[in-house]
Amino acid sequence: MTTIAHAGTLCVESAARRDFLRSSSRLTGVLVAHSVLGLLAPTLSWALELKHLAQTEADCVLILAKTLYPHKELPDAVYALVVKDVDDYATDGAALLSAQASIHSLNARVGGQFTQASDGQRRQAVTQLIDSSFVQKVRGICITTLYNNEMAFAHFGYEGDAFSKGGYLLRGFSDVSWLPNPPPDVSPPFPA
Amino acid sequence: MAVIAQDDDSAVIVIGSGAGGGTLANELCQKGVKVVLLEAGERQSSATFINDEWRSFKQLAWSDLRTTSGSWRIARDFPNLPAWICKTVGGTTTHWAGASLRFHAAEFRARSTYGAIHGANLLDWPLALEDLEPFYSRAESKMGVTRTSGIPGLPGNNNFKVMYNGAVKVGYKNCHTGRMAINSRARAGRGPCMQLGFCFQGCKSGAKWSTLYTEIPAAEATGNLDLRTRAHVVRIEHGAANKVSAVVYIDAQGQEQRQRARVVCVAGNSIETPRLLLLSTSTRFPDGLANSSGQVGRNYMRHTTGSVYAYFKEPVHFYRGTVMAGVITDEVPNNPKRGFVGGYEMETLSLGLPFYAAFANPGAWGPEFARLMDHYRYTAGMWIVGEDMPQERNQVTLNHKVKDQFGVPVPNVHYDDHANDVSMRSHAYQQGEAIYRAVGAIDVIRTPPYPSTHNLGTCRMSERARDGVCNKHGQTHDVPNLFISDGSQFTSGGAANPTLTIVTLAMRQAEYISQEMSRREL
Repeated sequence: MTTIAHAGTLCVESAARRDFLRSSSRLTGVLVAHSVLGLLAPTLSWALELKHLAQTEADCVLILAKTLYPHKELPDAVYALVVKDVDDYATDGAALLSAQASIHSLNARVGGQFTQASDGQRRQAVTQLIDSSFVQKVRGICITTLYNNEMAFAHFGYEGDAFSKGGYLLRGFSDVSWLPNPPPDVSPPFPA
Repeated sequence: MAVIAQDDDSAVIVIGSGAGGGTLANELCQKGVKVVLLEAGERQSSATFINDEWRSFKQLAWSDLRTTSGSWRIARDFPNLPAWICKTVGGTTTHWAGASLRFHAAEFRARSTYGAIHGANLLDWPLALEDLEPFYSRAESKMGVTRTSGIPGLPGNNNFKVMYNGAVKVGYKNCHTGRMAINSRARAGRGPCMQLGFCFQGCKSGAKWSTLYTEIPAAEATGNLDLRTRAHVVRIEHGAANKVSAVVYIDAQGQEQRQRARVVCVAGNSIETPRLLLLSTSTRFPDGLANSSGQVGRNYMRHTTGSVYAYFKEPVHFYRGTVMAGVITDEVPNNPKRGFVGGYEMETLSLGLPFYAAFANPGAWGPEFARLMDHYRYTAGMWIVGEDMPQERNQVTLNHKVKDQFGVPVPNVHYDDHANDVSMRSHAYQQGEAIYRAVGAIDVIRTPPYPSTHNLGTCRMSERARDGVCNKHGQTHDVPNLFISDGSQFTSGGAANPTLTIVTLAMRQAEYISQEMSRREL
């Protein structure tokens, strides 16, 4: 699993290593200091080096992910994990070509730069291209990546691994107080 | 642990170590019978289970290639994952949620109770509730089912609290924290439930019953069990008489092995079990073993399921604690006035964030789906489990165009919803929605069925040989020393989660097999 720590360390790529990269595009951002993630992350600034996608392509994939799964408050650092997986997917030459063709189509549908288009225009373009293999690939990556990392867990309010914390028996498994407690015959207390 | 020679033909071979196979193997070993237990998967433990949905799925799920067809939505959403079941020691008892409900008397008489239903291949079971009652009691005690055997119920979690309050408001009378094979207090060497919320991922506390750490070690302790893991069975062979004689499997090193047998019991779950019989063709059995009726692989049932999720103004944190934290049983009795025959249970269900994203509305995207995810911590959920109609066309067949890692044709799972299934699901969605609206739901979503965990009926029991594959003991009509030992035996599905009944049938079958062996009938 990619963790917040990874987001902080993704930028540590040596210059020598970069020489081997087909492109040296990168995504960068800064977490809001007083947000949940800002409080959790080791550093507020993050950067993601990409190996295959060009800068405009990476920017477009980021916006595509945000169009598919638009969470206003979710930081770009989480969406960047999708871009990273798409970049890995583009290791395969045919996949990279398919990505480039798809990005071209997205730009064409909005009559300019997909990344600069309005929410409505972008949604319409994605609706038209939703069944294309690349958009479906990105959609699938969003589902398995966007909601499967510690940053997303913190953002959406999921607590992840429970065993290492002793489960929820003493940590709020029945702490809802806005409804009455069921009677003990249907929901017995934990036996002492 | 026993080491049984491959040319030793005195042992019983059990294929599959889940609810049916794991229980049967132990029951036979306890009676002094030597058993070779062949399991396709690896052995995990509570220590190696993972509280992470995707990683656990990779660790436990049966992910060998399968194909699908038919009008069910699974064929579109998860074309290569018709079922969410396991390939590991303990089988799907590692993954099940623990709900342990008995069938009702009328559910064993499906054809007599419901009458002729167009398009349905309904049949009464060749046994009655009275035949199973003593075995149900023993199974409940073995598994430590709450609200039976003097065991208290589990405490309800937040998800239950929401469902219960809604249920009361819409007038339901039968809602409690269920009969669960999860320890509410320490019992049988296993501790009480820690309310981890990862029931589906293998219980790390061991509070939930699984053959992995109950039946199988008990069988090993007798010295009669030879458990072989990563043993993937590809064929069952027969001798000159109408009797099976050996089982061929691929071992962990990829080598083909042949184990001779006195009796063979197949418990590979309702997709692999018929697949194995269909793969075992010969001049004598050109359509597959025990298939003179043509019913092997047919009448595939998977319960009429669906989920209802709702989100509220206040937090719920429904992922905390047992996944199936409670049940409503008011809709179980047959009442055709509702527009369908049979009945259904409603049981709480929760998913972690990763699986909620994957399953809440497969294929969905855009602002509406994002809003659903945004309200994750405010969400409550339930699962519908209802009786689906057996249909001859709903069938597991061999897909000769697609081969698995051993070059063997993969199973294709075909399923069309019956009109009765559609009506029942629609009714259950309405009721589930009403329950959550009654306690202030802001929005409610109707989630389509997940890949099937309840796979049933593909080698069904029947009184007459022409109507099914096996008799009331799971013994195949055509081959006396070949048994069906899993949910494939079910003549109809009932509304109850099937594991308790699978375990019950396995205990009864073990008695029959050992008696018949003593009488030299086997």
